[in-house]
Amino acid sequence: MDNTRRKFLKIAGAAALAGIGAPALVKLNSTAAFASSEPAAGHGSAAGGHGEVVAATGVRLGMVVDMRKFAETPEMLDAAIAACYKVHNIPHFPDRKNEIKWIWKAPYANVFPEQEVLHKSEMAKSKPFAVLCNHCDNPSCVKACPTKATFVQPENGIVAMDFHRCIGCRFCMAACPYGARSFNWQDPRPFITSYNPDFPTRMRGVVEKCNFCGERLALGLEPACVEACQGSGAMVFGDLNDPDSEIRKVLDKEFTIQRNPAAGTRPSVYYIV
Amino acid sequence: MIEKVLKGKSTYWTWLAVLGTFIAIGAICYIRQYKFGLGLTGMSRDVSWGLYISQFTFLVGVAAGGLMLVLPYYVHDYKAFGRITILGEFLAISALIMCLMFIMADLGQPLRGLNVIFFATPHSMLFWDMCVLWGYLILNCLCGWVILTAERKQVHPPKWIYIFVYISIPFAVSIHTVTAMLYCGLPGRHFWLSAIIAPRFLASAFAAGPSLIVLACLVMRRFANFDAGKEAIQKLTTIIMYAAIINTFFFLLEFFVGYYSEMPGHIHSLEYLFFGLEHDGHVYNNLVPFMWTATAFSFTGLGILFYMKIAKVFDYRLVGIAAALIFFSLWADKGLGFVFGGFVPNPLNEVMEYIPTANEIGITLGIWATGFFILTLLYKIAVGVEHEIEA
Ligand code: SF4
Ligand code: SF4
Ligand code: SF4
Repeated sequence: MDNTRRKFLKIAGAAALAGIGAPALVKLNSTAAFASSEPAAGHGSAAGGHGEVVAATGVRLGMVVDMRKFAETPEMLDAAIAACYKVHNIPHFPDRKNEIKWIWKAPYANVFPEQEVLHKSEMAKSKPFAVLCNHCDNPSCVKACPTKATFVQPENGIVAMDFHRCIGCRFCMAACPYGARSFNWQDPRPFITSYNPDFPTRMRGVVEKCNFCGERLALGLEPACVEACQGSGAMVFGDLNDPDSEIRKVLDKEFTIQRNPAAGTRPSVYYIV
Repeated sequence: MIEKVLKGKSTYWTWLAVLGTFIAIGAICYIRQYKFGLGLTGMSRDVSWGLYISQFTFLVGVAAGGLMLVLPYYVHDYKAFGRITILGEFLAISALIMCLMFIMADLGQPLRGLNVIFFATPHSMLFWDMCVLWGYLILNCLCGWVILTAERKQVHPPKWIYIFVYISIPFAVSIHTVTAMLYCGLPGRHFWLSAIIAPRFLASAFAAGPSLIVLACLVMRRFANFDAGKEAIQKLTTIIMYAAIINTFFFLLEFFVGYYSEMPGHIHSLEYLFFGLEHDGHVYNNLVPFMWTATAFSFTGLGILFYMKIAKVFDYRLVGIAAALIFFSLWADKGLGFVFGGFVPNPLNEVMEYIPTANEIGITLGIWATGFFILTLLYKIAVGVEHEIEA
């Protein structure tokens, strides 16, 4: 636990001190070859082909969702979802039309429709998968937004939202290939079941989504969903650009898949199935 | 010239009163939506754009369609369009005003609309769309007004205005191309992710815009004592015919790509629009009747036009029917199917259908009525000037 704590302080430090000497706290020695910024399907990026390699600088936060662990303890996923809803004042609308979702459950066939197979494992057949924003390295939502109300935080790669700038055009919702964004079709406040004064509620007419718990990282806390998994390793969070980070150790060891990699957005969320 | 809108026959005033009623209803509906939020519409997390954006998309085409009058007249010096070119420019003005109103109606935070300028973001296609739409609107207001004023004084328009007329030609193409780029550059939406979208939009625009002008000419021939001339109408029907054929051809290519490659993403939306998409034991098909009606109308309209060309007959009623059928079919294709179909299924392969609410339809009709109101006033001025010259 102590170890986990230190790890997140390190990330948090980077979040808080962005641009003013963060390197003292975070190892920035990752090379381009290991960086998450490297395109998944870059043709001959090493040979100087046409795959463009973006230099890996700074922290690039990512997540591994280990479905084996969630399959063992399904309540943990419910706890993770509940934790996110609680800390982020996410409203509970009774109908599907108004739904606001940051992290939710969906069957394998819906989470990975492009990688659907006829004969899949028992787990892929029956267990619900966790779905959240991928905090893409090349996010199409950011490209589409006409006001920069959704943007990449340069210090950690989080795809964040400015609720006060968003004009509610919903171009980002059409652009996201993962259905990760929700719109406040009406005032969400009456539908918040337990109110957390430390996080802003939203007004109607703006878009929202998972923010990788940027506000908690700044306080040295883990993301709420990761915390709810109580160190089980069902959700591993960390710096994808740091070869010594826990998340990189997991990624080096396990075979992972990502949602719709063909969309070219380079997601930062990985799944162990 | 403005004073011309103040004098008219009773049909003119009745027509304006009817439109005014729809505008009033639309305004009330909008106030309700403004107070409550877009939750009063049928849009959802899965189908996040509805009637407003689809009407916007269609009307950008109608605005661009005016090009089919401007181009022959100014570039090819096709004299028969002399009397009606102004109608193309005025149609563009009213269509663009409707476009901007639809965008405003669709915003979740309309008061923040200017953020698009304050935080201008060149990598967003919406930014460029705003630029070209405003540019085209201003160009048309300028050209339309200067040329009509000159016509009234029976002098040649000043030379400098032609520079703007010529600039407006690529602008017309750009408004619809950039509008297509709003859709065809999105990585996760297979139905839209096709390089044929922009050409298809243009082909459909070059049929829809002239169809509406033909209809307007026929109405004005009957009620406003304005004759566009048989030759001009005949030429317009030729333009409509070819543009509609090219649009159909492009659409059929989409069918081929989808059903021959059998790639699920390329079939799903077409399946949903034309045959109904089965999903978890339920068939979703609320757009199927519209799409088949549109198909039937489109082929019937084209059939009438073919018949008139081949049999060398000309009949205003037939022209009117064909133009109306083709206009409706293009509206259903782009003003309904294209936008709604693109959201089905959603990125998680789930299906949620969109059904507009009464309030939303009220706003939509209100904006259409506003557009036609403006169009009527502008055409009244144009026709008034024509009559003045003749007198
Ligand atoms: S998952 Fe969607 S919303 Fe999240 S960063 Fe990627 S494109 Fe944007
Ligand atoms: S809805 Fe808001 S965040 Fe999304 S594209 Fe529009 S302004 Fe940007
Ligand atoms: S990272 Fe934070 S915001 Fe994102 S799903 Fe987990 S708890 Fe919610």
